[in-house]
Amino acid sequence: MIEVQKLTKKFKEFTAVDEVSFTVGKGGFFGFLGPNGAGKTTTIKVLATLLRPSGGTARVNGFDVVREPAAVRRSIGMVFQDPSLDDRLTARENLQLHAMLYGVARRETGPRILELLELVGLADRWNDLVKKFSGGMKRRLEIARGLLHRPGVLFLDEPTVGLDPQTRRHIWEYIGEIRRTEGATVFLTTHYIEEAEACDRVGIIDHGRIVALDSPAALKATLEADLITVETRNPEDALRIIREELGLDAVLQGDRVIQVPAVNVADGELLPRLAAAVPGLSALEISKPTLEDVFLSLTGRAIREEAADSLEKMRQSRRARARKGR
Amino acid sequence: MELKTFGVTVYVIWLREIKKYFRERTRLLAMVGQPLLYLVIMGHGLREMFQLNIEGFDYLSFMYPGIVAMTILFTSMFASVSIIWDREFGFLKEVLVAPVPRSAIAVGKALGGSTTALLQGAILLALAPLAGLALSPSAIIQILLLLFLLAFAITSFGTVVAANTESMEGFHMIMNFIIVPLFLLSGAFFPIGVAPEWMQAVMKLNPVAYGVDALRNIMFTGSPAKDFVVYYPLYHNVLVLAGFSVLMAALSMRAFNRVE
Repeated sequence: MIEVQKLTKKFKEFTAVDEVSFTVGKGGFFGFLGPNGAGKTTTIKVLATLLRPSGGTARVNGFDVVREPAAVRRSIGMVFQDPSLDDRLTARENLQLHAMLYGVARRETGPRILELLELVGLADRWNDLVKKFSGGMKRRLEIARGLLHRPGVLFLDEPTVGLDPQTRRHIWEYIGEIRRTEGATVFLTTHYIEEAEACDRVGIIDHGRIVALDSPAALKATLEADLITVETRNPEDALRIIREELGLDAVLQGDRVIQVPAVNVADGELLPRLAAAVPGLSALEISKPTLEDVFLSLTGRAIREEAADSLEKMRQSRRARARKGR
Repeated sequence: MELKTFGVTVYVIWLREIKKYFRERTRLLAMVGQPLLYLVIMGHGLREMFQLNIEGFDYLSFMYPGIVAMTILFTSMFASVSIIWDREFGFLKEVLVAPVPRSAIAVGKALGGSTTALLQGAILLALAPLAGLALSPSAIIQILLLLFLLAFAITSFGTVVAANTESMEGFHMIMNFIIVPLFLLSGAFFPIGVAPEWMQAVMKLNPVAYGVDALRNIMFTGSPAKDFVVYYPLYHNVLVLAGFSVLMAALSMRAFNRVE
């Protein structure tokens, strides 16, 4: 459904997306994981024909994004990172306008709107103005709108950003439901690890480049090592002993915590040896690697929110205004 | 097929403007209230100073067409400037990603803005008797057609400006450096003929001035003061406004085709 070959997008000197290649099959659930500013949204915008690529090719539903933009747009549903509903119209009016723009047959529009509002749990709110909706409800309505014209691919750009954890889980359940009932291919960007873990395949993107691309399980398997966390009252000695006497890699994390990567901890004798050797041991923990660890090992950095850029500031001021009931 | 999509898109954008207009009663009131204040306070205040010895001249009825044009100017500009918000945060993104020609957005916006501006203007027309003007049904029809033309010209112009404006800071610049001069130099408060040479030259470049002049042409038909208050013949005004509209509509359509 999506084939991307060496896709590049430059803004003047800055390369936002750098020779990115990947494919997503029909019905697939593909996630782009990376920190803010990694090039996720830029990639989506190129795939949605909102930005013109500087190099490489991209095909969506078999159509080239540069040469057949209209066909691409008909094939996709889009949920933007920022709200794109008209909050002075009702939920149904927003969907009706969308149906008209996408040429959905008049006869089909009513039932389809009903069906989708049902799917995202907003059936009883169809006649309410969107400005009365919570952030989560707006998001659900946008997802419903993105599906209205039965697109082959649904793009979700950070669909849960800015929502509280409970609402995020809720949205997530709806996305699962949609994949079951609508059978759409879903392309998602996120910087939440647990969301990426749910995808069939994950592309880890950093500084505009895909640094790894595989299923979450396979990505984690590349790390091989589990992580042993040792907490001790005597970190200097412990660190020396682990390194010199046990011959293991170890790094000090904070005041009292030492991290030791190790292979197949569970069926070895390492733990008892470690427990016996470390002076002043107060806690010992083994953890399986997460995608966060994968990201860390590939880029040397943690995925975390970077400083709010100017657009983010504008967004926040807009939200503040909306709360005041502008 | 392409033409049908274009038409549907224009209709969608237009419909949205109209629905929102009727839902926002406070904006509606503010937009009518402001010209009313001008008319009552400035009109009555200045009327006493401008007791000219010209038969049929009354400052209040002289200023009234200017106030109607001001309402059109403000409503039209506000309608088109909302594009800046829409583009960054709202509904416009939804339209930009839809399989529709983008130039249709400019046309729909201009028609929507013109329709709402026309409605505001029509409400003000009901106040004509307060300004001492009796308008015949045929004059009213001519005025409404003219108001639509003026509104379309300004909304298209506003759309060109908005398409080239990045932020809300830019919006305040527009307010200060475009709308206010357009209003002050429109001949709403003084006839073009009495202004100094240099100012007349600037006023000749102001599309709103042609709208005001056209309105006076119609409203002062048969009045002995007509030659004093009117600068151009009516057809001249209409041709300038129509030409300006076509140019601005073309530019705004092009601006939207370019939006990335």
